[in-house]
Amino acid sequence: MNKSRAPLIHITKRKTMPWYCAWGVRGAAIVAALIACAVVTMFMTGENPIAIYAAMLKGAFGTTRKLWILGQNIAILLCIALALVPAFKMRFWNLGGEGQVLIGGLAAAACMICLGNRLPSGLLIAVMTLASIAAGAVWALIPAVFKAKWGTNETLFTLMMNYVATQLVAYFVIIWESPKGSGKIGIINQTTGIGWLPQIGGQKYLLNILVVAMITVIMYFYMNYSKHGYEISVVGESERTARYVGIKVERVILRTLLLSGAICGVAGLLLVGGTDHTITTTVAGGRGFTAVMVAWLAKFNPVGMVFTSFLIVFLGRGASEITTIFGLNHSYGDILTGIILFFIIGCEFFINYRLNFRKSAGKEAANV
Amino acid sequence: MDNKVAAVKMRDITKTFGATVANDKVWLDIYRGEILALLGENGSGKTTLMNMLSGIYFPDKGQIFVDGREVSIRSPKEAFDLGIGMIHQHFKLVDVFSAAENIVLGLKGSGRLDIDEVAKNVKAICEEYGFEVDPYQKIYDMSVSQKQQVEIVKVLYRGADILILDEPTAVLTPQETDKLFAVLRNMRDLGKAIVIITHKMHEVEELSDRVAILRHGSFVGDMLTKTTNAQEMTNMMVGHAVVLDIDRPEPKDPKPRIRVEGLTVRDIEGVVKLDNVSFTANSGEILGVAGISGCGQKELLEAIAGLQPIESGSIKYICDDGREDELIGKDPLSIQSLGVSLSFVPEDRLGMGLVGSMDLTDNMMLRSFRRGRSLIADRKTPKKLAEKVVEELEVNTPGVSTPVRRLSGGNVQKVLVGREISSAPTVLLTAYAVRGLDINSSYMIYDLINKQKEKGVAVVYVGEDLDVLLELCDRILVLCGGKVSGIVDGRGASKRDVGMMMTRLGGAANE
Amino acid sequence: MFDIVGFIPRAVVQSIPLLYGSTGETITEKAGNLNLGIPGIMYVGGISGVIGAFLYEQSCKGASMNGFLAVAIPMLFCLVGSLLMGLLYCLLTVTLRANQNVTGLAMTTFGVGFGNFFGGSLIKLTGSDMPSITLSQTSLFFSRKLPFAERLGWFGKIFLSYGFLAYLAIVIAFVCAYILKRTRTGLHLRAVGENPATADAAGINITRHKYIATCAGSMIAGLGGLYYVMDYACGIWSNDAFGDRGWLAIALVIFTLWRPNVSVFASILFGGLYILYLFMPTGTNLAVKELYKMLPYVVTILVLIAVSMRRKKENHPPESLGVAYFREDR
Repeated sequence: MNKSRAPLIHITKRKTMPWYCAWGVRGAAIVAALIACAVVTMFMTGENPIAIYAAMLKGAFGTTRKLWILGQNIAILLCIALALVPAFKMRFWNLGGEGQVLIGGLAAAACMICLGNRLPSGLLIAVMTLASIAAGAVWALIPAVFKAKWGTNETLFTLMMNYVATQLVAYFVIIWESPKGSGKIGIINQTTGIGWLPQIGGQKYLLNILVVAMITVIMYFYMNYSKHGYEISVVGESERTARYVGIKVERVILRTLLLSGAICGVAGLLLVGGTDHTITTTVAGGRGFTAVMVAWLAKFNPVGMVFTSFLIVFLGRGASEITTIFGLNHSYGDILTGIILFFIIGCEFFINYRLNFRKSAGKEAANV
Repeated sequence: MDNKVAAVKMRDITKTFGATVANDKVWLDIYRGEILALLGENGSGKTTLMNMLSGIYFPDKGQIFVDGREVSIRSPKEAFDLGIGMIHQHFKLVDVFSAAENIVLGLKGSGRLDIDEVAKNVKAICEEYGFEVDPYQKIYDMSVSQKQQVEIVKVLYRGADILILDEPTAVLTPQETDKLFAVLRNMRDLGKAIVIITHKMHEVEELSDRVAILRHGSFVGDMLTKTTNAQEMTNMMVGHAVVLDIDRPEPKDPKPRIRVEGLTVRDIEGVVKLDNVSFTANSGEILGVAGISGCGQKELLEAIAGLQPIESGSIKYICDDGREDELIGKDPLSIQSLGVSLSFVPEDRLGMGLVGSMDLTDNMMLRSFRRGRSLIADRKTPKKLAEKVVEELEVNTPGVSTPVRRLSGGNVQKVLVGREISSAPTVLLTAYAVRGLDINSSYMIYDLINKQKEKGVAVVYVGEDLDVLLELCDRILVLCGGKVSGIVDGRGASKRDVGMMMTRLGGAANE
Repeated sequence: MFDIVGFIPRAVVQSIPLLYGSTGETITEKAGNLNLGIPGIMYVGGISGVIGAFLYEQSCKGASMNGFLAVAIPMLFCLVGSLLMGLLYCLLTVTLRANQNVTGLAMTTFGVGFGNFFGGSLIKLTGSDMPSITLSQTSLFFSRKLPFAERLGWFGKIFLSYGFLAYLAIVIAFVCAYILKRTRTGLHLRAVGENPATADAAGINITRHKYIATCAGSMIAGLGGLYYVMDYACGIWSNDAFGDRGWLAIALVIFTLWRPNVSVFASILFGGLYILYLFMPTGTNLAVKELYKMLPYVVTILVLIAVSMRRKKENHPPESLGVAYFREDR
């Protein structure tokens, strides 16, 4: 055989890789990414990497308060990511998490402001919950209707819906601004606390964490064991197969997006009613996008997503500690997150494909 | 013809995909001024072999010589540089481009693209060989035969003198086929080397000068067409004299089960796919459907299964008690809720019948997951069913939690058929049930179908191998261009008659 | 009365970053890559230019600056910065065949963080009280207007009152439109985005085309970031000021149905819609202004819907947009 003229590297698709190898590759990628981050940080600060990571750990876990904040951030990010899972499983690229959260939060805030003096707190919370869920669901339903009926590109549609939501919130922020001219809504019902979600055991964030934990479990069962979850997978894998067995594809798309939006609405409710007690255009803080990565990195497995959202929040919190200690600014966390994401995104290639080098054609897989 | 240097020599070419050996040490010579027919059954590796010549795949082992010089063809571009052009079965055309844009695609030249200049050259080629191509027409506006012409013109435009055509007639009407053959002969006489991949014997006899035969990925032999005959070629292609010997029990108490009347179907582009089709399928009987591929077989089955919008006509399901239900306008779910147990083994197994990335259990669930009121899907019953199918049909799999995509073609089909017959159907529709399967698996499938027939199921068997149709089916419905060309008795009809009916309405009527 | 002579120039200066972004994204998408990292890339382009300008201004403290270098250095920095981002995107999505949406979003996170981080660090270095960094000297070179613009009244104001990067954006857009439509390279690029298997069979190097289109697209988009800081914002970098213009640029790509020449006008329309609220007589009702800002996005959605309903093939996104290509897929 004429070896010298064969292509240098020949890429073939892997049939399968045992799960432990796959996770080994991912683990190696994370380690490599952490090393890369340490090198970058060393370059920036001149500190040794151990000190940097110690600072990160301290930033994330240092005090009880920090632990609670960590838990809260994980909960919200995870909640949004969970909302996206059913849509993604169906191969519906819902990039509109941001907007759906905002609208859910807006609905909650609207109830708190407009009904604050008319309803008892318990009833108001019930109304807020329904309003947030409905608002988020409708926001997700709009692109879904057009996708189901005309195949309108959902990636771009949902993306645009985020900004429509942002402007809508900006509009109401000015309508409701207090004090007038400040350009923001202060803490809503600060004195009465009406419409504030209850605190469990005096802990501000515990309720949010519990709610999201519950959603995680439910979503895990919904995706893996329910009939709906099964339909979603079939539609995602092959619409033709779905039609062949009589699944009504359009209906599944609408139903799934209603669910997706509804959970985003819950995230909005938790943010506005549970922690912030106010609304701004940045209440979701880009988490609608980060959640896409959280879900994707965990292969849409709700349990795996607990870890990926932990990883991302930990990096963010850790990086913000580094910034205060070493005098960098807070955006440093985004850079570290970006670097780690690139490594993990890239490593999937080595799980799915095999590199055959010219000399050892077909024998040895080049791996990380 | 004897002293010519081979335009292409392929030596010891081997290519594997995963565990499947697509080509095993194949030798092949291609000469200029000659039409070579590359003959072999489906899955015998013809297309893979030619793909390696046109740079789509790279051989694992072996050598290729063009005009006596050893070459390595790493990409389609390198193939073009060597004058090799291939017309694929699935056309490689960009839909939103015009013919001229497609033809000039990938060519080097001045930075600015003068499409009018290209169009002029295209017209010249068309006139030389007798094509009818409008250079400015968009591909998505074209018929299949027009697209094929664009493909051939494209290859000629690049000055290819070694042309490979992958089953070019599969999608053509008889008239279009005649035209194509005239063009090919014309090109041969102008000194081009032409390879046509086919499994149709009469095309080999009518068109080719030489024939090379592949069987299960291996090269069996080649010879001049005039020195051989259909019987010998068939034997070489199949490996032994064809005595299929498929069981055909007498139908027991056949009663009408499905009555189709005046069925007319158009595809999305408005092309008539089925034209006023009428027939009856009986219980306890296998009704074969024969025809050149793309003559409406797919639409016929999908119409009965409730997957195809219908323009006019009726499809009646006749219950045992004589009650008749109209199936038109119903989707698979509402047909099921009528109490009609209808099973369908579609042509596209992994794209329609099964979900490739799901395991056996989950695939078994496709039909049954709705059962019961619970929100939770029952996986225990499907798992048992999967285990049963694996055992009874001897499915070769590591376990029931293996994704079906990883199984071989024969095993995939066993899983699909196993699921479809598990629901005790009264109607079983099958499309190309043994395509790509080895002999053993094929016989197992015939056996399963026969068992269903004995149980009183009305079986509709769409097939492409006439020998099988004639040995398996009780009656054969022959389609030609979407119309019923005739319905013959499987026991009395001859292969020749059916073959004639496939290419001409009513068969021998004009002879 | 609506001040049209005042409105148009402001719409135009708003439109230029969008035009750069959308031109870059268009050629990227035409090659089949949906690069959602464009907002991040524009940030990186902007901040890289700022770093370049900052270094140059620092190096000739007091001494007068060379006009050519003052323009060339930031531009070079900007192009290199955005090129690196483009290469990163290609490495992940083309060579390693990663999911384009996820990669793009990660790049936007990274890019925005990168911009704000270095922006913040530079601000700290200058020790300024304001949360921004001012490079007014460099900006003067970028925003230098045509000398006779002042003398031509409204005509000069509407057509001639912009810095050179604005005209460059329009030139680039028309050149890209020409390349896509009339040249061989453009034909090949479009084929890669429509049907890579076909393009591959026709001997077009898919990987190379995707790399070149995406990297060129990134560099063009990066210039949008540079224009924003150096000309529009008069050399003042403040964190997050660039806002969501990157997403608007992506919206513009859909709005124009993948045609950069249309984008020249559409971006002005978008720029106009973007600042329309400043010109609408809303009186004291500031809130309504926020609703006006929604317009570009709503219009984009309507276009998206209209396109999908009309089913005209030419108006659809490139067929294989967002899909990685692997030749031996079977």
